[in-house]
Amino acid sequence: MLDPTLRDQMLAAVPSLRAFAISLSGNVDRADDLVQETLLRAIANIESFQPGTNMSAWLFTILRNLFRSEYRKRRREVEDADGSYAESLKSQPEQSSRLEFNEFRAALAKLPQDQREALILVGASGFSYEEAARICECAVGTIKSRVNRARNRLADLLAIEGADDFGPDHATRAILAAGGGRG
Amino acid sequence: MNEEDDADRPGDMLTEANQRKARGRLGRDVQSKIGQQLRAMYDNVVNEGVPDRFNDMLRRLDEQKNAEENSNSEKGTN
Repeated sequence: MLDPTLRDQMLAAVPSLRAFAISLSGNVDRADDLVQETLLRAIANIESFQPGTNMSAWLFTILRNLFRSEYRKRRREVEDADGSYAESLKSQPEQSSRLEFNEFRAALAKLPQDQREALILVGASGFSYEEAARICECAVGTIKSRVNRARNRLADLLAIEGADDFGPDHATRAILAAGGGRG
Repeated sequence: MNEEDDADRPGDMLTEANQRKARGRLGRDVQSKIGQQLRAMYDNVVNEGVPDRFNDMLRRLDEQKNAEENSNSEKGTN
């Protein structure tokens, strides 16, 4: 029987696991299936969890691996069908009337998988660079680099300006940025 | 504080470096705006708490296990 303490730790991690899964998959139903499968795997392999270590990080690792294997499979399938899986992810029309929120989600969906997950783990889930690196099974420097790229790309996609009086023109911004350093 | 930003893509390093130099690092206000939106999106889901299906699933698993253990111990006493 599953130790009640471990069970409580698992349940406590569910809200953020769902948030992670939704931001990865962009789909609530798929995300919940992913979380459920994650919990089942975790319970089946509970003896490999070391009590006292971070349950949440362990579950995130499992979920990420599940998502990646599913994502690869799905991408192959759909690419075989019409070669436009990536397109379906960025099908949100750009309308200025759209909520900023939806725009942000659409922009996030356009990021490469590696960058998106790194940004979410560090910027939203609250993991340290070191924890995120363990979850993604890569070097800390790689995570930092991915987070940087993700932020740069999002800023470009959303055309967020550094200051209100900067126009959306990239060349102008570049000149100003090069001359003025940061800020 | 300088964060590492080594290029993953081979053959892209020079142009990446030049572009970054030209563009400059993102200002704090841009970073914080992205951070805010990211957390808002994320917390929106977190605040939904634990949907029933997960509580139900874990309870069912427990009941299943208990039933198995009970039937096992009954066999043991016979």
